[in-house]
Amino acid sequence: MNAVEMKGITKRFPNVLANDHVDFRVASGEIHALLGENGAGKTTLMNILFGLYKPDEGYILLRGRKVTLRSPKDAIKLGIGMVHQHFKLVETNTVAENIALCLQIDDLKRPLKFLRLLQNPLNDVENHIQDLSNKYDLNVDPKAKIWQLSLGEQQRVEIIKTLFQGANVLILDEPTSVLTPGEVEELFNTLRTITDEGHAVVFISHKLEEVLKISDRVTVLRNGRVMASLSTSETDKEELARLMVGREVLFRLEKKQRTRSEPVLEVKNLEALSDKGRLALKNLTFKVYSGEILGIAGVSGNGQKELAEVITGLRNTEKGKINILGVDVTESSPMTILNQGTAHIPEERIKMGIVPNMSVSENLVLRRYNQHPFSKGFWLDADIINQYSEQLINEYNIVTPSTKTPVKLLSGGNIQKLILARETSWNPKLIIASHPTYGLDVGATEQIRQLLLEQREKGAAILLISEDLNEILSLSDRIIVMFNGEFFGEMLAETANIEKIGLMMAGVKT
Amino acid sequence: MKISVETREATSRLTTLLSSILSIGLALCVAAIIFMGYRVNPLEAYRRILLSAFGSLHGFSETIVKAIPLMVCAAGLALAFRAKLWNIGAEGQLILGAISSSWVALTFPDSPSFLLIPSMFGLSFLFGSIWGLVPGLLRVKFGTQVAITSLMMNYVAAKILEYLVYGPWKGPAEWGFPQTSKFSISAQLPRLAQTRIHYPTLLFGIIFSIFLHIIVSKSRFGFEVRATGENPQAARYAGMEFFKIAIITMLVSGGLAGVAGFGEVAGIQLRLRMGISPGYGYTAIIVAWLSRLNSLLVIPVSLLFGGLLVGGDAIQLMGLPFAAVDLFNGLILLFVVSGEFLNKHKIKVKY
Amino acid sequence: MINALEAFLQATVAAGTTYLLATLGEILTERSGVQNLGVEGTMIVGAVIGFAVAHTSGNVWLGVFIAALTSGILGGVHAFVCVTLQQNQIVSGLAITMLGIGISGLLGKAYVGLPLSTKLLRYSVPFLSDIPVLGPFLFNHDPLTYLSIILVVVLWYFLFRTRGGIIIRSVGENPGAVDALGISVERTRYVCTVLGGILIGLAGAYLSLFYTPAWSEGMTGGKGWIVVGLTIFSMWSPRRALFGAYLFGGVEVLQYRLQPLGISPSLLAALPYVVTIVALMFGASERMRKRVGAPSALGKPYKRDD
Repeated sequence: MNAVEMKGITKRFPNVLANDHVDFRVASGEIHALLGENGAGKTTLMNILFGLYKPDEGYILLRGRKVTLRSPKDAIKLGIGMVHQHFKLVETNTVAENIALCLQIDDLKRPLKFLRLLQNPLNDVENHIQDLSNKYDLNVDPKAKIWQLSLGEQQRVEIIKTLFQGANVLILDEPTSVLTPGEVEELFNTLRTITDEGHAVVFISHKLEEVLKISDRVTVLRNGRVMASLSTSETDKEELARLMVGREVLFRLEKKQRTRSEPVLEVKNLEALSDKGRLALKNLTFKVYSGEILGIAGVSGNGQKELAEVITGLRNTEKGKINILGVDVTESSPMTILNQGTAHIPEERIKMGIVPNMSVSENLVLRRYNQHPFSKGFWLDADIINQYSEQLINEYNIVTPSTKTPVKLLSGGNIQKLILARETSWNPKLIIASHPTYGLDVGATEQIRQLLLEQREKGAAILLISEDLNEILSLSDRIIVMFNGEFFGEMLAETANIEKIGLMMAGVKT
Repeated sequence: MKISVETREATSRLTTLLSSILSIGLALCVAAIIFMGYRVNPLEAYRRILLSAFGSLHGFSETIVKAIPLMVCAAGLALAFRAKLWNIGAEGQLILGAISSSWVALTFPDSPSFLLIPSMFGLSFLFGSIWGLVPGLLRVKFGTQVAITSLMMNYVAAKILEYLVYGPWKGPAEWGFPQTSKFSISAQLPRLAQTRIHYPTLLFGIIFSIFLHIIVSKSRFGFEVRATGENPQAARYAGMEFFKIAIITMLVSGGLAGVAGFGEVAGIQLRLRMGISPGYGYTAIIVAWLSRLNSLLVIPVSLLFGGLLVGGDAIQLMGLPFAAVDLFNGLILLFVVSGEFLNKHKIKVKY
Repeated sequence: MINALEAFLQATVAAGTTYLLATLGEILTERSGVQNLGVEGTMIVGAVIGFAVAHTSGNVWLGVFIAALTSGILGGVHAFVCVTLQQNQIVSGLAITMLGIGISGLLGKAYVGLPLSTKLLRYSVPFLSDIPVLGPFLFNHDPLTYLSIILVVVLWYFLFRTRGGIIIRSVGENPGAVDALGISVERTRYVCTVLGGILIGLAGAYLSLFYTPAWSEGMTGGKGWIVVGLTIFSMWSPRRALFGAYLFGGVEVLQYRLQPLGISPSLLAALPYVVTIVALMFGASERMRKRVGAPSALGKPYKRDD
């Protein structure tokens, strides 16, 4: 009997079919990898298993019994535990205190339950942690404060949390993204110990080497569907990569041939840290030429965000140089980099790209408000700004009641069109475009891709960061694959080997 | 019956106006209930407030007198609040303005007016802005909350004032009263006719309110302030420097409060003493909030609260202590803050 | 000389009790992530109601009880605006302060200058209170002072050694993590804000029923704001609050005693506020914040990002 059996799971979101009649089975004592690119549906599937979403169709069996999960609390009670990519730990508390938080208070329905709040749980919890540590070889000091621990140790705390709550199915979402190679080894040992005790582990990943190393079985998802479910020992990298990215004929957009001219962006030996203090960019060197689109392929979380931020002045560098049109902008502010002719289409549209409560026209001049003709000296020229906005709204087909409408009322697609309009209408020399069509419907996606190609015609150098491999392949002239902060390979789009790209995206150097 | 709460997509001007009126109305109702508990007829109390504040020329002039410092402070606060810098320190900045302009007046009593008044004005702005600059700098350098640091500085300012008027600056002829000597005529602001309206400050307040309104809505700097307050991340992406915005807004709001202090000592009190402000700096917060951070609206709203202060004097004759004004202020602010919820959410009742 | 020292120490403890009670309450509230600037108003309401009820009924403890109840309600109002309506916590606190001052002025008018009919309660611990210097300092106080010291231990134990305390501290640092475990962030914050209000009210009642004892308008005179500073100065720790409360109490007592030496009482009175600003700067660096800084979620309304 399987520990977990998910049958016919279907889940629809407004623009996308995230899971399409997915069947998924995990046996006790098995490490089962769930492999796929971003958007393949792995996280959605596991969120359903953890009770965060309800499936539109299909059902779930735990140890042969059908269950309904209304929330994570139900899932936890039934023995499903999840270690998220972003830890949910209270940093200023100790390990024991964080775990003590999981003690179920509400399974006591009696009014005296509040007296339980006055108990000192720490000794019991510390002992229990000690027992779990010994049993599963998970060493952690219960009295240490979370902020004092390394990310690997923090992850161990999260794992102990699930075991503490009685999990016999552990779901780990991209667990190695924050670990050093040494810590990855330790994690794998831990997982083996856990499954030796009879637990089941689901390991969500996009990294082939690891999947091949640690898992017993692997299920590959693509576009919400199960491509295959195989025993790991019976497959190899190439087959998995092919299953992950597919082989179908890709929709290639009409592109004129361009001859490369001058380099607009030159990056040498770039190194930068992530928010957590880890090295996110490792010695990157590349150039982007005018009139070309350089596509950075790769799964999110491998340094792409940091790369975009460093080039646009929103993050500091540790080492290296960045030149735009021959000018050193390594330590420059966002404003200086903008003035060098750089446009930035940010990854987080709403958090960073717009001021939601301001009007459409104000957002259209958000970045160049202090340039002529929008400002004359100290003052903004409202008439010119309005004219400009009307013009852009027409040109770019931005659907809005008026220029004065608060921009937060626009649909996602129109917000992105606004951002594109703002960033490209002045024919910048360099465009950094981060996930420009993420979450948009087909129509908006098409428009935006066309806009990028137009800018390419006009001679702009474009750095395109995207998780959508189709997009990269159809828009780019050259492609670089990014994995773990490094560049894994550079190639021309025309002659790109999709399987090779898939392998590189998954961490395999070819 | 089911009550559900939904987020509104957009807040219309009408909704905002209605919720403000509702807030004031609720405050009046609750106050009325408390008055009744005091065996005071609330309608009579409100009538007296209105009459005393707006029913006579003298009363109205006093309303204007009290509105002047509110207007000057609130205009600056509206700017700082737009950048989401919660400057609670207007009271202290006002005191520093009063202290510094008093120093000029007391040190150079024989100088002519055309030298004294502008230098008192200038120094009051300077010292008020310094007092506002400190929380601003701490915010930029250390990330500390402007609300707390500016609040603490209010009390430091109050203690400095106390020290000065009980100590080294106490007027020799004042017989133990904690106050300085009266300012010489050339250090006093001119008044309008027989009223106590020190019109230079009034004009300054009106002009500056209009000026700030224009700055916020039409200038580059105003654009930056609004963007920073609404979405600091996007503002950074747009190349706006938080440092510059924080420093300038705190300087301006502090300086304005300082000028309000100058107005009080040179226009009304004619000396420096304890109690030059019955909490103008705090009441100005309510004025700014109720004006929805719009400097133009600050002008009429400060008249409203000025009238309330005048009314507070009048109802003392009914046996109500002046603290009733604090009660009103507190209730209004409480309901206005709660009313913000209605601006962003719709409440639906289903039967 | 010894007598002077004894008197000074005893006065310090008495003065510090108001600060201690209120700070303990404020620490509880802020540890859950709610910023309460309504201390001054809540305290003065506690003072006036305590006195009014005690005077009218002749029972001091009834006064204390009703004062605590009323301040708890004020705390509840603040919690409603901050937690349920999720509005600006700073402004809400200010509003409550103004409201409290207004209510106290109105209510208190009839009681200004009236004496308290019951005797001053002070319990000396037998034998122990006869020890020179330390005796009166430690063992000759009224019940609320003893309560405040006991509360330091109780609150410390509660916050750092019990499940309830772990929840509260976690809610103040990372409400998302707590919410993910199915524990109600809202309920935790409500409880902490109401309980905090109760303690602040007790501090006010202490002021008008034990410390002075009398009622006069505005009698808290800014003590509530010092409590806000003291909460920061004690780095949200009950044990440091004990030290800080007596330190600030001592400064207050010293104010007038040092005057003959030429030290202005006003400038001395400004010291607590300056010290608070310095403490804020100190606790702000990344390194220190994790050890002694403010609860990370302080002042931010919690919304689940779905």
